Amino acid sequence: MLGNFFGKKKRYATIPREEAKQDIPEGLMKKCPQCKQIFYRKELDNQLQVCPNCGHHHQLSSWERIEMLFDQDSFAEWDKDMISTNPLEFPGYQEKLEKDRLKTQINEAVVTGKGTINGYETAVAVMDARFRMGSMGSVVGEKIARAVEYAKGEGIPIIIFTASGGARMQEGVLSLMQMTKTSVALERFSRAGGLMISIMTHPTTGGVSASFASLGDYNFAEPGALIGFAGRRIIEQTIREKLPDDFQSAEFLLKHGQLDQVIHRHDLKNTLTTILDIHQSGGDTE
Amino acid sequence: MNEQVLPFEEPVVELKNKIAELKKYTNESDVDLSQEIEQLENRLEKLESEVYGNMQPWDRVQMARHANRPTTLDFIHEIFDDFLEMHGDRVYGDDEAIVGGIAKYRGKPVTVIGHQRGKDTKENIRRNFGMPHPEGYRKALRLMKQADKFNRPIICFIDTKGAYPGKAAEERGQSEAIARNLMEMAGLTVPIICIVIGEGGSGGALGLGVGDRIHMLENSTYSVISPEGAAALLWKDSNLAQKAAESMKITSYDLKDLDIIDNIIPEIRGGAHRDVSEQAEKIDEVLHQSLESLSKLSQEELLEKRWEKYKRIGTYTFSS
Repeated sequence: MLGNFFGKKKRYATIPREEAKQDIPEGLMKKCPQCKQIFYRKELDNQLQVCPNCGHHHQLSSWERIEMLFDQDSFAEWDKDMISTNPLEFPGYQEKLEKDRLKTQINEAVVTGKGTINGYETAVAVMDARFRMGSMGSVVGEKIARAVEYAKGEGIPIIIFTASGGARMQEGVLSLMQMTKTSVALERFSRAGGLMISIMTHPTTGGVSASFASLGDYNFAEPGALIGFAGRRIIEQTIREKLPDDFQSAEFLLKHGQLDQVIHRHDLKNTLTTILDIHQSGGDTE
Repeated sequence: MNEQVLPFEEPVVELKNKIAELKKYTNESDVDLSQEIEQLENRLEKLESEVYGNMQPWDRVQMARHANRPTTLDFIHEIFDDFLEMHGDRVYGDDEAIVGGIAKYRGKPVTVIGHQRGKDTKENIRRNFGMPHPEGYRKALRLMKQADKFNRPIICFIDTKGAYPGKAAEERGQSEAIARNLMEMAGLTVPIICIVIGEGGSGGALGLGVGDRIHMLENSTYSVISPEGAAALLWKDSNLAQKAAESMKITSYDLKDLDIIDNIIPEIRGGAHRDVSEQAEKIDEVLHQSLESLSKLSQEELLEKRWEKYKRIGTYTFSS
């Protein structure tokens, strides 16, 4: 310690010139938020948005996820036009929704529908963290509950991709009750023998992690995803200690017995196909 | 007993003190002030009905958190007979932030569960201020499944700031424990009655909150986040909690308006802590009604109605 103090070495860091930063044409290149390396978008596309350098799984929009996973032209969307009202007349909420609709080109923080994955028919709900941080209000709850009911009616499995900061504040206790609504729907689905696969992506926290995200027959996560009930800052303030860096990461949860597997995005389609296949042939005992 | 006085009650307490002073003076001297006292008592009556009849959301938040507010165990002892507490989740430990056990209600067996705050600092530390860890929810689920097996109704008292935000809680699966309860409670084939008696704090409240009937004591709250938390999150200023308490719609009247709860259980004037027995009678009345009407349903009807109850919560529309 002491020696280090006296022999302090100078450290250098390279700061890119302002012009250099602007050298990257918009849309052609993308920087990895984890390792800060810059890649051609095309290269990242080929890697399913997984950083070729550090393995960081970039966040995906609902539609990127669907295109990545479902057989071409097989996906049909459900309840596309369902939109939020402003039940508590929360100031500024409508404007925020409108802005996010324009930004994301989707109507709410989840896209639901059905399609085939390598030929296996399945329902899906894919949350989109770009829309109000993927928070769950009435529409997210309703769309997911409906998707579960549709899947039940058609006798097909459901896969739910979560990406959410939790319940949506602006719809207050109505948002909270969506945790119950989705869970009651899943109980009915489960009682009817339905297969539910949960895949938690970055981030899955609060009311979403404490409801349907944790209720899969199989609970998976993407590498590095943040998953937890309470926020890190709140926990640190409550217990007055610093939390380890990997706290609430997918790997941390796996270690603590909270997940079945952490699945690399490159392996996801294959793993899902295998599960769908096992469940399709598994019930057939004649 | 040294009773906590809430800011909005101060005029009432001042007047009460004045009356007490005059009474004391009359007793000690020969001056007859009975007329003045009577006048003041009339004024007190008016003032009390005015103050407690016009409680604002923030006043109710404070009342729900009142230091002397009756707890789950207070009500259990008033309403049920032969309560036997059962401990532990059989997996990790016994979380004293949740109590549960078996009892008799009007001669019939029931299972009773609830969040449990402490009465003093020492007890609060033991009970973690009524903020459960996963093992609390798992204990509750164990007792609920037992109730299902022996076909007895479940009564849940809700009274928590929220599930505990701690390191160990996360490691042991706080999210999973709450989610599991939501799903399992949905499928129990016995009547479930949930009664919010203090703070209904978010997912931590919901973990005991899936019922066929949900009732709230008049001055209890039920919310997705505490007013302080909402203010910090929405306006980056936790001092705006009062404003948040209003805009977040968290009082029993708000939840009745939003069609989420079934009944508001009226509180005795000045709050439930003024007379626990009298308050318990009011709870008992509603509980009895609920159990009576639910006992007429078949198991299938019960589950179907439970689904319908939650299915319709929420608002949405369709864009053209």
